[in-house]
Amino acid sequence: MSTTTHRSPNVVGGLLGFAWLLVILVPIYYIVITSVRPREDYYSSNPLSLPSEFTLEPFRYVLENEFLRYFANSVFVTVLTVVAVVAASLLASYVIVRSRTRLARFSQKLFLMGIAIPIQATIIPVYYLIVEMGLYDTLWALILPSIAFAIPITVLILTNFLRDVPKELYESMTVDGASDWQMFRSLVLPLAKPAVVTVGIYDALQVWNGFLFPLVLTQSSEMRVLPLSLWAYQGEFTVNIPAVLAAVMLSALPILALYIAGRRQLISGLTAGFSK
Amino acid sequence: MTPAQSPASAPAGTGAGTGPPRQDIPADQGGPAARTAGSGRSSYKRLRTGPSNWLLAPALSFFGVFALLPLLGVVVLSFFAWDGLGTPQFAGLSAWIQVFQEPVTMNAMKLTLLLTVLSYVVQFPLSLLLGAFMAGHQRYREVFSVLYFLPLLFSAAAVGITFKALLDPNFGMSRAFGLDFLRQDWLGSPNLAFYTVIMVISWSFVPFHSLLYQAGVRQIPVSMYEAATLDGAGRVRQFFNVTLPQLKYTIVTSSTLMLVGSLTYFDLVFILTGGGPGNATRILPLDMYLTGFRSYEMGPASVIAVILVVVGLTLALLLNRISGADRMESQMEGA
Repeated sequence: MSTTTHRSPNVVGGLLGFAWLLVILVPIYYIVITSVRPREDYYSSNPLSLPSEFTLEPFRYVLENEFLRYFANSVFVTVLTVVAVVAASLLASYVIVRSRTRLARFSQKLFLMGIAIPIQATIIPVYYLIVEMGLYDTLWALILPSIAFAIPITVLILTNFLRDVPKELYESMTVDGASDWQMFRSLVLPLAKPAVVTVGIYDALQVWNGFLFPLVLTQSSEMRVLPLSLWAYQGEFTVNIPAVLAAVMLSALPILALYIAGRRQLISGLTAGFSK
Repeated sequence: MTPAQSPASAPAGTGAGTGPPRQDIPADQGGPAARTAGSGRSSYKRLRTGPSNWLLAPALSFFGVFALLPLLGVVVLSFFAWDGLGTPQFAGLSAWIQVFQEPVTMNAMKLTLLLTVLSYVVQFPLSLLLGAFMAGHQRYREVFSVLYFLPLLFSAAAVGITFKALLDPNFGMSRAFGLDFLRQDWLGSPNLAFYTVIMVISWSFVPFHSLLYQAGVRQIPVSMYEAATLDGAGRVRQFFNVTLPQLKYTIVTSSTLMLVGSLTYFDLVFILTGGGPGNATRILPLDMYLTGFRSYEMGPASVIAVILVVVGLTLALLLNRISGADRMESQMEGA
């Protein structure tokens, strides 16, 4: 209700909004329209016109070129990373919120600082470490550092959430003689569920879209994940732009599905920790 | 909180990370916990100390080994010569000297600074105005907001590839409308490429920031606008006198992310231009990658990485201080 509706309509605002809509939609329209354009058509027609005939050939071409393997790799890396990050961070957040030991307070400061570490800047030692561990060109080379870099922000979001849980809940369970593990399972876990969904989406998007780790830490096409495969397709199919853009479309489909199924969840996942 | 604190805490952190918190467990049962709790009644000790520190071990060890250790490692490697294959050889300050005498890197620093400033100048007002627009409850604005989100469905790699095709001088947008000014080699001309990159960055990041502003504006109490209307304030004055000051904290958050983010626009630029034409878009993270993984000069690349870390952490700490100092007030406001 920030702008009142009973006043004269905001013409300038509406025009700006409409102009931005065009800016946003033209490239997206271009992706969609090009991905159903016959290859011959691409070189002769206006790139923004409707194609002379619609074809799914570009999609078929991409699917025949190992797309599903890259997709499966991405799913594997994302799922494993997110599960590990959320599990480790939830345990850590529980301690940080509930414990007053020096280590707990120190860990909190450490993770706060960790948020500001730019991933790019540590890529050379990460590469060194991965090579030394014999993990170069495996999916584990992507999973392990991705877990590490997702932990700080995940812990921050989860601790912010768990702090809102009334102390009395923990205390009554402690008096009843519950162990750490019982308390974690029957109190922390169910209470943190909404925050876990939000932060899980956030982490999943980061990993799903990540480009630098795959670029530096893998090499063979067997270990390729989606963002890297788009880049590789662009190099391989130089004369088949419709197929490249079909791959772009396909790579965005899971997130589009998420957007349609749970727009609110996705938005809160994206802005997790940055707005309240 | 202060910059002086982070170097001091970093080495200790690696210790805890590589060899999990074993040393701290006994300490836990004795003095420190009781001291912080303030009272010595041991029957309530578990109430006060909470769960076992061991539960920190997984998070600390992952973070320690794959984030903190590399962070220290990059400083160490900046004093070594290494081609990425053999064993790093100690080389003293030579990599540092080399980097500061390298015109390409100096140019990259200039470009990064320019990119940070220009992309902020473009993105900040756009995100703010769009956020305020999206916060309106008119039906058309809600529909627009749903569509404004679409760029966020695509990875940086996908965005880069799309714009590379769309901006192609022969088959892209240049011939879509038959307009002469669109017939440019947007990414291939040394004068244009840098600005084109900024536009693509804005296309892909403004939607996120406008979401932050939308949430911020929606939290402003309606009564403030009603009062302003009674005072005879028009739309523009309401924006400057009510909306803008109320968005203080959102502005700090969004600005931090935009400014620190400028240091990390790697993937998008890498795919769009690869740093070219010439070195026209070779910003610092790209310069680091190309120096390290294309020229195999890991020493100088590590020096560039150290510079990135220092600038990034300093920026984040500075902005964190601005927002941290006002945290109390911000929480009260949120209530």
